[in-house]
Amino acid sequence: MTTRNYKTDLPVMMPVDGKPKNRPRFRLKLWHGAVLLGICLLSPTLSFAQSDAGQASVLEVLLRWMPLLLKGFIFNLVISVFAMAIGTGVGAMLGLGQISLHGWVRKLAWAITQFFRNSPWLVLLFFAMFLLPFQLRIGGVTIPLPDWLKAIIGLSLPVMANVSEIVRGAVTSLPSGQWEAAESLAYSRRQTLWLVILPQCVKRMLPPWMNLYSILTMATVLASIVGVSEVMTLTGQALAAEGGRTDLLAPFYSFVLIIFFIYCYPIARWTVYLEKKFAVKG
Amino acid sequence: MEAFFEWFKVLYDETGINLPFIYDSYDRGRMLDGLWMTIKLSVVCLFFSVVIGVIGAWLQGSAYTWTRRFVNGYIQLFRNTPPLVQLYFFYFAIGSLLPRVATEFGGEAPLLGNFAWAVISLSFFAGAFNVEIFRSGIEAVPESTVEAAEALGFSRLQIYKDITLPLAFRVILPALNNNLVNLVKTTTLAYAIAVPEMLYEANQIWSDNVNVTEMMIFLLIAYFVLVGVLVWGMNRWERAMKIPGYGA
Repeated sequence: MTTRNYKTDLPVMMPVDGKPKNRPRFRLKLWHGAVLLGICLLSPTLSFAQSDAGQASVLEVLLRWMPLLLKGFIFNLVISVFAMAIGTGVGAMLGLGQISLHGWVRKLAWAITQFFRNSPWLVLLFFAMFLLPFQLRIGGVTIPLPDWLKAIIGLSLPVMANVSEIVRGAVTSLPSGQWEAAESLAYSRRQTLWLVILPQCVKRMLPPWMNLYSILTMATVLASIVGVSEVMTLTGQALAAEGGRTDLLAPFYSFVLIIFFIYCYPIARWTVYLEKKFAVKG
Repeated sequence: MEAFFEWFKVLYDETGINLPFIYDSYDRGRMLDGLWMTIKLSVVCLFFSVVIGVIGAWLQGSAYTWTRRFVNGYIQLFRNTPPLVQLYFFYFAIGSLLPRVATEFGGEAPLLGNFAWAVISLSFFAGAFNVEIFRSGIEAVPESTVEAAEALGFSRLQIYKDITLPLAFRVILPALNNNLVNLVKTTTLAYAIAVPEMLYEANQIWSDNVNVTEMMIFLLIAYFVLVGVLVWGMNRWERAMKIPGYGA
């Protein structure tokens, strides 16, 4: 947005109230996140005041369970990293398939992408959970497929489709002059793609890819619905172990919200920063 | 129609492909209820999330620093935390703090049921994204247009309502479209607090009939169709609202 600075003292150019009327625009600073966190952290203390004298205080209980919950959160991160790795690998191939010169490869890749992109994450997770066998038998070797592995596969399906779209979008966003220039330099299609097009695409793909990672991290809690013991499951179990005290509900759930916020907010900030840095000035 | 339903029973007997939600009238009723619930949930959340988006974007242009900070805090908080945890937080944590009301049967029920909490939670979640989308659209409206309106004596609300929003709306429709598709997919989360939507009912049916594969494939197709209908409608609307001379 452009701001107008009137470099004149002609009265007719001045706004009515005498000050240049820049429409205020708010930029989020890092400390705003700190304020939010403060508000969230305050809520356990507030309910601490409500709790009965005979019971352990809310803060005490939360501190007692915190190591376990953080371990669960690390498990979430592990799931997210692996799902992202698998999804990116397969998705990149699918995305390249979408710009293939063979009509049927293109159509197939497009159909797969659309199918997995338009299905809810939770349904895909159920899909992987219930339809994959609990162990695989390849030759004489039995490979067990534990729940968390299935969760990784289930979550990597939508990631794959989204990465495919990111790759396709980045490639088609490049000016066609790049292709033509490479062609005139006698590059083969493969060389053009690997040496000219994709290196330029990485920059464009990075912000949406990070955004996707953030979304994926937040989606890992879905695994609790299908019984993987990650942070949400552990929170439920911790609450049950404390005998279903209602005053614990708000602090525990806010704690989960906060740890996700602490992890995802810097990623979001960084994404915005990269977007600005890579933006083509137009 | 009966013959059509019977055909699926024959299909089951012959091939083992079990689709009880077609031939069994009880399961059919459950599935239709689930579909209806998903549609209802989606439409109500779509409406409220767009309302939140419009109001939020207006507040973000406010002259008061704290109003803008508050809106931004809301956006960042809801964008960077898992929607499922938000749903649990609303339903279990805030829901348990609310007073309970007496029902007509003499018992006690929570003030807001699981459907209401699902609507509130999902609307706030999608609304946070909508605020950002609307803001980007408002920024895309040329400053000179706003200044022209100011010169004509429009008030801030009038400018927003009559000048900025109609223009911004056309710019943001693709992004809004994307977010609304996401919202429809996110309604499956209501499963976690036992709102009887499509996934929940499908789960009930596959628990009774042990036909997970068929139900899963049906679910995927059903959501695909639901999203497809929404995208088709939004694309038509997009074309109808197109400003001549802009875009391809």
